[in-house]
Amino acid sequence: MSFVSFTFAGFLLLLLALYYLLPKRFQWKLLLIGSLVFYAFAGLKYLLYIAVTILSTWGGCVWMQRLYDAQDEYIKTNKAVLSREERRAYKDSVGKKARLILSACILLNFGILAVIKYSNFFLENVGALLHTSFGRTSFVLPLGISFYMFQSLGYAIDVYRRKYPAQKDLAKSALFTSFFPQLIQGPISRFDQLSKTLFEEHDWDAQNIKDGLWRITWGYFKKLVIADRLAPAVAALTAAPDRYRGVFVLAAILFYALQIYGDFTGGIDIAIGAARLFGVEVTENFNRPFFSKNIADYWRRWHITLGSWFRDYLFYPVSLSKGVKDLSKWCKAHIGEGVGKRLPLYTATIAAWLATGLWHGAAWHFIVWGLANCAVLLISQELTPLYERFHERFAFSNTRCWERFMVFRTFWLMGMIRVLDVYRSGRLTAKMILSIFTTPNWHALLDGSFLKLGLSGADYLVAGIAVLIVWCAALIKGQKPVLTWLYEKPVSLRYLLFWCLVVSIIVFGAYGIGYDASQFIYNQF
Amino acid sequence: MMRMKWLRPLLFAFWLILTLFLLQRLLMPKYIHENEEGVLAGEYYDDAGGNDVLFIGDCEVYSNFSPITLWEDYGITSVIRGTPQQMIWQSYYMLEDTLRFETPRAVVFNVYAMRYDRPQNEAYNRLALDGMRWSKVKADAVRASMKEEESFASYVFPLLRFHSRFSELNADDFRYMFRSEPLSHNGYVMRVDTKPVTVLPQPVPLADYRFSETDWRYLDMIRDSCRAHDITLILIKSPSCYPHWYEEWDSQIADYAEENGLIYINFLDHQEETGIDYTTDTFDAGQHLNLAGAEKASAWFGKILAEQSGVSDRRSDPAMASRWEEKIAFYGKMKASQEKQLEETGTVKSFR
Repeated sequence: MSFVSFTFAGFLLLLLALYYLLPKRFQWKLLLIGSLVFYAFAGLKYLLYIAVTILSTWGGCVWMQRLYDAQDEYIKTNKAVLSREERRAYKDSVGKKARLILSACILLNFGILAVIKYSNFFLENVGALLHTSFGRTSFVLPLGISFYMFQSLGYAIDVYRRKYPAQKDLAKSALFTSFFPQLIQGPISRFDQLSKTLFEEHDWDAQNIKDGLWRITWGYFKKLVIADRLAPAVAALTAAPDRYRGVFVLAAILFYALQIYGDFTGGIDIAIGAARLFGVEVTENFNRPFFSKNIADYWRRWHITLGSWFRDYLFYPVSLSKGVKDLSKWCKAHIGEGVGKRLPLYTATIAAWLATGLWHGAAWHFIVWGLANCAVLLISQELTPLYERFHERFAFSNTRCWERFMVFRTFWLMGMIRVLDVYRSGRLTAKMILSIFTTPNWHALLDGSFLKLGLSGADYLVAGIAVLIVWCAALIKGQKPVLTWLYEKPVSLRYLLFWCLVVSIIVFGAYGIGYDASQFIYNQF
Repeated sequence: MMRMKWLRPLLFAFWLILTLFLLQRLLMPKYIHENEEGVLAGEYYDDAGGNDVLFIGDCEVYSNFSPITLWEDYGITSVIRGTPQQMIWQSYYMLEDTLRFETPRAVVFNVYAMRYDRPQNEAYNRLALDGMRWSKVKADAVRASMKEEESFASYVFPLLRFHSRFSELNADDFRYMFRSEPLSHNGYVMRVDTKPVTVLPQPVPLADYRFSETDWRYLDMIRDSCRAHDITLILIKSPSCYPHWYEEWDSQIADYAEENGLIYINFLDHQEETGIDYTTDTFDAGQHLNLAGAEKASAWFGKILAEQSGVSDRRSDPAMASRWEEKIAFYGKMKASQEKQLEETGTVKSFR
């Protein structure tokens, strides 16, 4: 069930009505049923995959919790008779068992993900290496598998780390994994954050409904008026790279940046807004990413929950692992202080970005995309002292004007890396970016060529105005939350703005016959 | 305060619905200077009732039969409920819809629609369905007609379908937001120009000549509905040179008619009696008849209707006669307008 469908609107309304009409003790149970129904719309067989994740993480977490509870009880009752070493030995043995359970849980889930998502990629590449063909598997990727699996495994790791106790109720655990607004494209929530409001009983609260409706409407505006309107131009520009070089590549970079921003942030707005209608607080996933001054800053603002997942569950564990620490020490002693010092950072960064690339898809261009991000981050890291000297020496580099230049530079640099998604080849992307400097075809901006990309002048005007509105909202967000800003305005102005938003979506949205507004880009990851 | 709390959202909802309604009226196609046939489905309701004969079918019906001729020559009151590429299920629902307003004595169905067993084109669905008034019949018609990419909601709220017309609005869209210009003469679309048949395309052999289960099912439903209302059902193959009407198709219909005691008239077998001359009586090289051809076909067919379907001459009814006088005047006016255009420009640019 796509967010952009009448089925979803009907489903949401029905669920909302039942949610507030039924006795409050049934609310979270209703959300679970609703979430499973929502997921079943993608195909009943996919329920099996999510069921495996739900059961394995619930079982694993409850088992680990029992071990920890027993350990705590044992230590408490035998506190007087156990020495420190005995306590440590006991804890180590429990920790080992918990690690085994967690490993089994991770292996099972990542095993499923690996087989479904990566087996064809693996077979193709091994086949190419051996100059043979292994055929292809015919698995269809279950909807949102990368999102719900990461959310569940993050929870399992947190339980292993004893960050919070496991949820013993299977149904509640299932709801955490399958909560429908964030099931298909995130955000990837943490259990301690989401569970605060997910299992609570909620009274009808007009404020929640207002907040939710604003957020959902804003999401549809970004998705339908910007992303889906620009989609045909992005498709046309990237489908014929030989024809569309030079200035067209710049256009592809710009349009795709706006498309994916509208698509992904719009989808997340709808998810957060839909959850808010039920009184559930879902964590934010974006913070004005196109205002980032450098790539590290960008990745703290874009798809925040995925970045923080990799940081907490991959980057830190790798950089702090015993193996990397030992290797770092060895390098310090035998190769040099600099190499040894950098080794943990480099190893963890490369691992995290390789994984981030693979998370997005089983293709080389995603790996190249991840490693390109990694390279820019590490180079920036290396050049930090130089930047500092530059800022000390040149006063203009500390002005607002320079800050804006940094934002501009980061936008285009990220854009160039991002178009790997649509050119789907590292070599082609490099060739196309090079063509910006080697193909002087700026006249195409004025000779009507851009009207042959599936967009009319009116389409460009609509998209342009919509982007301007979103940009204004981002400027406001820099000062205070947009909803706070809105609620400070007179009620008549708020109604007028909401009316404009709804009418804009209905009239200027790219949906219906002739448009493909049903699919969100991040659904496929 | 509590009242204000609810009043504001209610007023807002009212205002939103009102503006969306106005936008819908603005953005829906007006079918005034292009795709004029789009008004046909809706025009029926302007003067529904009092018709003894109902024609249902596609362009081969609304182009080839003139209710005015039937009235003038035989005093038969008739109406055509036809739209471009009207599918058999749409014809069935047009019949059911008509029965909500009147019960004709005879229903004439053009069997050419039997060639299609599934929805073909969303644009044609719109031409057939958007003009229908809302009822359970329309809802069923929409459900039967929708292609996979269509949604029921877009028929309930056509704004959701036509919103993208914002960039192509013209003066007509504002002028005809709440009214239209009449196009048809009880469903007949007049064309006075001529484009003779020169070369006919060779018929392409088909892999399977059998009509589908869906078509037979809807034909049965038309038959049953007519029987239930004591209506004489007449099957016709309307006069046209192409697309080709295969012998194999014809024999299936003839067998069906015989089995069910229905009249079946294939106009292609009666070219001589009707007097239709495809060098002078067609406006598009043999696909459809022009006014001269439609009047010939109607004059010949009126006799059959009068003799075999039990419809009576109603010219002696003063109220009916006065009603039809108006229609005849409009018919004459449009004929004169089209002939004038033809004389001045050599072509008919506007039907009206």
